[in-house]
Amino acid sequence: MISQSLLEEFQAKVGADNVFSEDTDRLTYSYDAAVLEPVMPGLVVRPATGEALGQVVRLCNQNRIALTVRGAGTNLSGGTIPIAGGVVVVTNALNRIEEINEQDMYAVVQPGVVTAKLAAAVEAKGLFYPPDPGSQAVSTLGGNVAENAGGLRGLKYGVTRDYVMGLQFFDVDGQPIKTGSRTVKCATGYNLTGLMVGSEGTLGVFNKITLKLIPLPQDRKSMVAVFDEMGSASEAVAAIIASHVVPATLEIMDNFTIRAVEDYSHAGLPKEAAALLLIEVDGHPAQVADDAAKVETICRQMGAADIRVAKTAAERDKVWAARRTALSALAKLRPTLVLEDATVPRSRIPAMVKAIQAISARYGLAIGTFGHAGDGNLHPTILTDRRDKAEWKKVEAAITDIFDQALALGGTLSGEHGTGIAKSCYLEKETSPATILYSRRLKAALDPNNILNPGKIIGG
Amino acid sequence: MASVKELTRLMKKLEDQLVVCMRCGMCQAVCPVFAQTGREADVARGKLALLDGLMQEMFKDPQGVCERLNRCLLCGSCAANCPSGVSVMEIFLQARAILAGFMGLPPAKKAILRGMLAHPELFDHVMAWGAKFQKIFTREVNDVIGTSCARINSPLIGDRHFRGLAEKPFHRLLPALDTAPAKGRPRAAFFVGCLLDKFFPDIAQAVVAVLQSHAVGIFMPPGQACCGIPAVSAGDTQTFGKLVRHNLALFEAGRFDYLVTACATCTSTIRKVWPMMLREETAALRARVEKMAAKTLDVNQFLVDEVGLLTCDRQKDGEPVAVTYHDPCHLKKSLGVAAQPRAVITANPDYRLIEMPEADACCGMGGSFNLQYYELSAGIGRRKRDNIQASGAVVVATGCPACMLQISDTLSRAGDRVAVRHPVQLYAESLRSKP
Repeated sequence: MISQSLLEEFQAKVGADNVFSEDTDRLTYSYDAAVLEPVMPGLVVRPATGEALGQVVRLCNQNRIALTVRGAGTNLSGGTIPIAGGVVVVTNALNRIEEINEQDMYAVVQPGVVTAKLAAAVEAKGLFYPPDPGSQAVSTLGGNVAENAGGLRGLKYGVTRDYVMGLQFFDVDGQPIKTGSRTVKCATGYNLTGLMVGSEGTLGVFNKITLKLIPLPQDRKSMVAVFDEMGSASEAVAAIIASHVVPATLEIMDNFTIRAVEDYSHAGLPKEAAALLLIEVDGHPAQVADDAAKVETICRQMGAADIRVAKTAAERDKVWAARRTALSALAKLRPTLVLEDATVPRSRIPAMVKAIQAISARYGLAIGTFGHAGDGNLHPTILTDRRDKAEWKKVEAAITDIFDQALALGGTLSGEHGTGIAKSCYLEKETSPATILYSRRLKAALDPNNILNPGKIIGG
Repeated sequence: MASVKELTRLMKKLEDQLVVCMRCGMCQAVCPVFAQTGREADVARGKLALLDGLMQEMFKDPQGVCERLNRCLLCGSCAANCPSGVSVMEIFLQARAILAGFMGLPPAKKAILRGMLAHPELFDHVMAWGAKFQKIFTREVNDVIGTSCARINSPLIGDRHFRGLAEKPFHRLLPALDTAPAKGRPRAAFFVGCLLDKFFPDIAQAVVAVLQSHAVGIFMPPGQACCGIPAVSAGDTQTFGKLVRHNLALFEAGRFDYLVTACATCTSTIRKVWPMMLREETAALRARVEKMAAKTLDVNQFLVDEVGLLTCDRQKDGEPVAVTYHDPCHLKKSLGVAAQPRAVITANPDYRLIEMPEADACCGMGGSFNLQYYELSAGIGRRKRDNIQASGAVVVATGCPACMLQISDTLSRAGDRVAVRHPVQLYAESLRSKP
């Protein structure tokens, strides 16, 4: 329980309007987008200045209260589900883009800036911030950095990690820590930036983020390749990568997903196709023409029945609109949707696809597979009804099998959704007992009272 | 007050709809209230979680849930943008009805809805008195928009700039119509709606004039009641049912192919909310409601899709007037009507349509939301005002009289001189000036 006097202290730091203590308000911060049980926080605060944010962290530590930072609450691994009775710190009032530097190509933002808003603001200046997680219309950059979020462009442009030049964050005492720089090169101190990216709020609380920007590509070309077999489509992915062409985006969709998307959006996808590859190449016009021709040749060699190249911007938009509706279309089929993101080395995509099909058959579960095949990050999506206890048991077993397969193929439990609480118990399988111990010692040294989002990533 | 157990039982009927929300949070991108406050309880995901929590007895605060549920414009932006297709409108309206039934309506709402709105004749009388006396308490502030404000400090008016009640409501100017169409032309029933009748009789007159120009037969029975949206939004299903039955009986007496309204909210209420909220009624009543709903059309859609606009081949002398269009949520998000009102506007060569940024963003009116949460509503309105200004237009048109009230207020308070019109009024002008 949070005492009246402590409540008043929080109110004094962030303003009474920005402290929510009623049951009814706290309940709305008990969940995120992961399929996990909600947990009631003890208090919710919404600081509107960096200074107040630091004071909130300090106050939590002084009073030994667990603190969970929350942006838009779109986390898919439970990283923003609070600790019972703990404090949720909402960052969406810290939503200022402080600087977009066109000469030096970087931006400085507060953690609550919405990803798509930054992307639009820099694009208006002819610059490009490539990471585009599926939730970018609402997700915050603080959340993206804390989760090392990915997106459709990971293959060529990398993920959030590749764009974080520097951070200013609060340690558990609320002291400001500076890491990284506005310079392209920076070789001073420990690489704390690297440590903080993907740390899911367990090691510090971000206050300012410096992000790298790049020039907007001059040209782009999109195409859809139609395959009669999922196997040949996934082999085409591996072949494109092996030929050293790097498309900006290389997405796969299985028949189950194709049918769901087509029934929902009538985008003109071939419902009988076993698999589709959705491909975009970008860059200098000459290179775009070259790469597109190469990709087309490889797809034909690997048995593509048909290749459709988007001729206009409208046709191009239609291709990506169809891809973006995949999750929605699948979500409409059953009440519960479990979106996994186990990831394998790209050459192992064909084996992973086969394994997922076998798992779907073994448990009699509907699994739609789509995702970022080009970077090895598939999204096997299990459709179920959580209220059906017998089926839910099968779902849990299937998830374990998917993880085991990904690890057996030299992959990872999560490409972009993070460990959170959903995957923390599997982390040792991917790493080693010593890795967990090392991580726990690090955490204990930096957060001796274990108040920074405890239980996430490394359990405990 | 009934027992909490009973409330839980009633909430259970929403379970199959509530479970569809996967908490993805995409509604945060489009909710106008959330954009102002950043509070999870203000966005659909938070409200759905609250209803779910109440159903599962995770906490016991029906009063608190009710209050938060009411902080919603019912604009439907979330539903239109929902990946999983949650029936947000139906859940919210049903939940408001359950909670109002459980706790009882607040006395003021009860007096207005059951004491007045449910009795169309009495409602007309009271409003007629209001029209007579409003000038004593108010003064004109903006002659282009036609707004007034309070002369003295008034808790009811606050610092609103409002469009006053018309001196004579439409039903006094033209009580009824029943005309035959020209050969091959359809018959349209005209559902006037409260705001057109009492605030904007000139729009109702324009509708009649336009329909007559198209040689459409018009059936307009006297004694029309409210469509029921204020009642059902407050959770008062009793008054809502009464109003639906009253209007059904009134209109069923005539012969017509379409039921036309010039109010986005009335159209979407009759088309969607009537069938949605009367699912538990007798099969006979449901059949009547479904039949009426299927015939109901927005006037712009009727003109463009069903009868065809009359083209004006007259040359315009001088610069055409710049007009911008605001998409009412209940037309675009609820019914998918967006192209037709624009076609109606541009049918008049005296006007040139310029799109404003975020034309389909909610204006923040939301009926009684504006009365309960004026500051929040005004904040959303200011953004609409800025977008209208950015377009550079001197006229803003929109197909909903409720949006017109809100837009008039926000423009007038900013001191802008931008006229607020209905697309049909602009179209009527071109038909009038036809050689």
